[in-house]
Amino acid sequence: MTGEILLFDGTALPPPCEKEILRYSAAGGDTEETKALLRRCLAALPHDTFCYRVCTAELPLRAVTQEVTDLGFAVWKSRDLARYLAGCERILLFAATVGTGIDRLVLRHGRTSPATALLYSAIGTERVEALCDAFCKKMAERYENNTLKPRFSPGYGDLPLSVQADVFRVLGCAQKIGLTLGAGGLMSPTKSVTAIVAIK
Amino acid sequence: MNIREYMKHHTVLLDGGMGTYLQSRGLGAGELPETWNLTHPEIIEDIQTQYFEAGANVVNTNTFGASVLKFSEEELEKTVAAAIAIARRAAAKAKGDQAKFVALDIGPTGRLLRPLGDLDFEDAVAVFAKTVQLGVKYGADLIFIETMNDSYETKAALLAAKENSDLPVFVSNAYGADGKLMTGATPAAMVAMLEGMGADAIGANCSFGPDKLAPVVEELLAHASVPVLLKPNAGLPRFENGKTVYDITPDDFCAHVRTAVENGVRLAGGCCGTTPAHIALLADALADRAPRKILPKQETVISSYTHAVYFGARPLLIGERINPTGKKRLKQALIEGDMDYILKEGIGQEEAGAKILDVNVGLPEINEAEMLCRAVCELQAVTALPLQIDTADPAAMAGALRRYNGKALVNSVNGKPESMHAVFPLVKKYGGTVIALTLDENGIPADAAGRVAIAKRILAVAKNYGIDKKDIVFDPLAMTVSADPHAAQTTLEALDAIGKELGCHTSLGVSNISFGLPHREIITATFFAAALERGLSAAIMNPYSLDMMKTYRAHAALHGLDANCTDYIAFCETLTDAPAATAAPARKAADAAMTTLREAIIKGRREYAAELTRTLLTEKAGLAIIEEEIIPALDTVGRGFEEKTVYLPQLLISAEAAGAAFEVIRAQAATAQADTPRKETVVIATVLGDIHDIGKNIVRLLLENYGYRVVDLGRDVAPETVLAAVLRERAPLVGLSALMTTTVPAMAETVRLLHEKAPFCRVMVGGAVLTEAYAAEMGADKYAADAMDAVRYAEALQ
Repeated sequence: MTGEILLFDGTALPPPCEKEILRYSAAGGDTEETKALLRRCLAALPHDTFCYRVCTAELPLRAVTQEVTDLGFAVWKSRDLARYLAGCERILLFAATVGTGIDRLVLRHGRTSPATALLYSAIGTERVEALCDAFCKKMAERYENNTLKPRFSPGYGDLPLSVQADVFRVLGCAQKIGLTLGAGGLMSPTKSVTAIVAIK
Repeated sequence: MNIREYMKHHTVLLDGGMGTYLQSRGLGAGELPETWNLTHPEIIEDIQTQYFEAGANVVNTNTFGASVLKFSEEELEKTVAAAIAIARRAAAKAKGDQAKFVALDIGPTGRLLRPLGDLDFEDAVAVFAKTVQLGVKYGADLIFIETMNDSYETKAALLAAKENSDLPVFVSNAYGADGKLMTGATPAAMVAMLEGMGADAIGANCSFGPDKLAPVVEELLAHASVPVLLKPNAGLPRFENGKTVYDITPDDFCAHVRTAVENGVRLAGGCCGTTPAHIALLADALADRAPRKILPKQETVISSYTHAVYFGARPLLIGERINPTGKKRLKQALIEGDMDYILKEGIGQEEAGAKILDVNVGLPEINEAEMLCRAVCELQAVTALPLQIDTADPAAMAGALRRYNGKALVNSVNGKPESMHAVFPLVKKYGGTVIALTLDENGIPADAAGRVAIAKRILAVAKNYGIDKKDIVFDPLAMTVSADPHAAQTTLEALDAIGKELGCHTSLGVSNISFGLPHREIITATFFAAALERGLSAAIMNPYSLDMMKTYRAHAALHGLDANCTDYIAFCETLTDAPAATAAPARKAADAAMTTLREAIIKGRREYAAELTRTLLTEKAGLAIIEEEIIPALDTVGRGFEEKTVYLPQLLISAEAAGAAFEVIRAQAATAQADTPRKETVVIATVLGDIHDIGKNIVRLLLENYGYRVVDLGRDVAPETVLAAVLRERAPLVGLSALMTTTVPAMAETVRLLHEKAPFCRVMVGGAVLTEAYAAEMGADKYAADAMDAVRYAEALQ
């Protein structure tokens, strides 16, 4: 397991953004009732719901052809990824999670109030995206002499989700940040993201 | 010498990092360290020799990730056999005359257990069991379970170790920056559970440097009566100039660990980033250090997967509502397998102030063992309160205790030999604090002295089973005062004597005292106050009872248990209508302006919809309310959703208000012994491998709203389980949900199986990754684009 662990405390992230959360919860023209419920959910969030953790490693690219990316520890077939990595020699690979607290809240309300569960789930999605943004911003500062491209995740384009097994193995996600990969390829905690950032 | 003997008199030096050290010796990125036992045995042996020569007493085998999840059985056996042989060779050849032990190292599976992940508890036990069996076969001296960040997985590993060996077991967890495990457990909660199950040493490893782990160690030392171990990282890993570096120097590391040992830690070493150099320094620092004596803590404690709850500090309220005795609506829910009703009771009691939930699902009509186990698991998915497992059936008790995540309160044992013989071995194996009723084969003694005598006998027998006094809480039995005028006094005297003479904690099912009397709550609450005054530690009671809560809050305020009377004042604010009026005047006014149930549902006013339904029920039948108010309201919102003028959250908010109205009608029907009319049965499930269930829950809510009986099989459901439910229920319709492309094959398989074995049943499928074409390809009868579409399809089938 190579790489490092970064912990973010809540203050390193912007506060939850209502507009984004409503977008993730498929609330288009949201009503007053929806907004009121969201505010109640946010107000009722236990202070220790989120535990923001990222593990990351900088890895060299062994070879990138039109179809195949050789990362040394694995070979991935994806035209979209190859296009994304064109001209780069190194990548940052990272996994980010906000922990199990929000999954617990979704479970707690899922059976008794699906509306509440839906909103908590959307809050979790918003938080993990905010965490990824905070991480990428921090990396952009560290790699000030390079350009970091927008992140690219397994499952985007034709990069299959099956590459997650390689990502988890090389980063040691389970031991480092408690992020696990289930038999069906699902990540637990569910509010988690893995991604590649090309270093140019 | 046995390590158990050795650690009684010595501070034990553990080894340092393996995985991180191997990287410096050439282990590639993404390469499994355990494979090196076979490909580079000389390097592993060299590292372990260095650790022994540095002074370590215990060296862990290179088997952290060695499990059948990552290796075939054959590979696993070779790997574990080689790993133990290598460590043995290192012990034999290393210089140094210290006692040397080889520990079978067991790390996490890398998977998260249900309900948060997809690995079943018993499957996890089986995975660990395989590795443990090999450790025993190839001669490890002890088992070292480490870096566990989930209490449930820790329990699975310890259970596997105990069931498959007699070796000493050390258990160490990886705590986060918040001082808790990733899934929420505090160090105190882990001590409660692990000590209860018989771990030989308990501790913390990995995570952080020893400086940041100090509060965790302090909490472990404060509660543990077994030796505490510490194996921290050399700080946090950081990437610097193309290399991973750790931010604590060996000297600082050593100084911090030494302080921890001075504070009482009995076994110390290092984890990621530490090397033989760290361990050698530590050996010097700890040389000639006499170990600190471990004092037994004598705490009567239970725990959940997040926190420990102690008896004695303040009276504990045990919510009694999940018990079908005298509760028609709950009986109906149990017979129908309606778990949601039970979960609502659990959450409701927690919100009302209960600190522990009693769970009793004993009904002649159902399989109690199955239902109790299910109820315990499902309740633990929605509430962090510890549970009191309440059953007279030892098999049901065993099943529930095995699956319980934490140290449970067990209700109950009594003075009959057969009861003690059945219950005590379970408490010994799974851990637990047990409620002991002061009755025996001759019944309940009429006087206090007789009840105390039984209590003494129970303590003596418990001791023979290896169960300490602290793990028994006595219930001196509240008997009906209307049948015996001295009943209350006798109970109170027994309560007093058990506390003072035996030094044990007490619990009472208080409400029995008033049975048969009018206005029972007056008697019950007054008796409750008297019992609290005599030192009652816990009460099984109704947390919804205002009189009981008044007594409890007042007692706490009067006995210095409520600083500044904060809780009392907060409680009083809920007693008047004032806060509702001041906090949400607009809301109240808006409610008042809505005169029909229909409007209340459309607007999604849950409480108000229930209130209006109660009023309406005095005028008309439940069925009429459903047809004239609820269904038209749902249709309005549903149409809006289809026309995209109403969005998903609003649809759900309305559906929940409708659900609240339905619940009022259903409760009344249960009391009146009448049936609420229901349409056909629909079986729904999220398919195997998929743990997303928001979408499925939405479909379920709407189907129920439209009067269908929904059998919800939950998440991550195997095709065979769906089929079995369809055949059992003769369900004409199944709804399957999948969110991930990777779980679509499992959905296709379920559809295929249903069509083959249950041709009478239609299958509708839905979920984020599905499309009309995908659904057609797998042979589904219907692709439901959203929840309303699913309802419309069900309606069309009628």
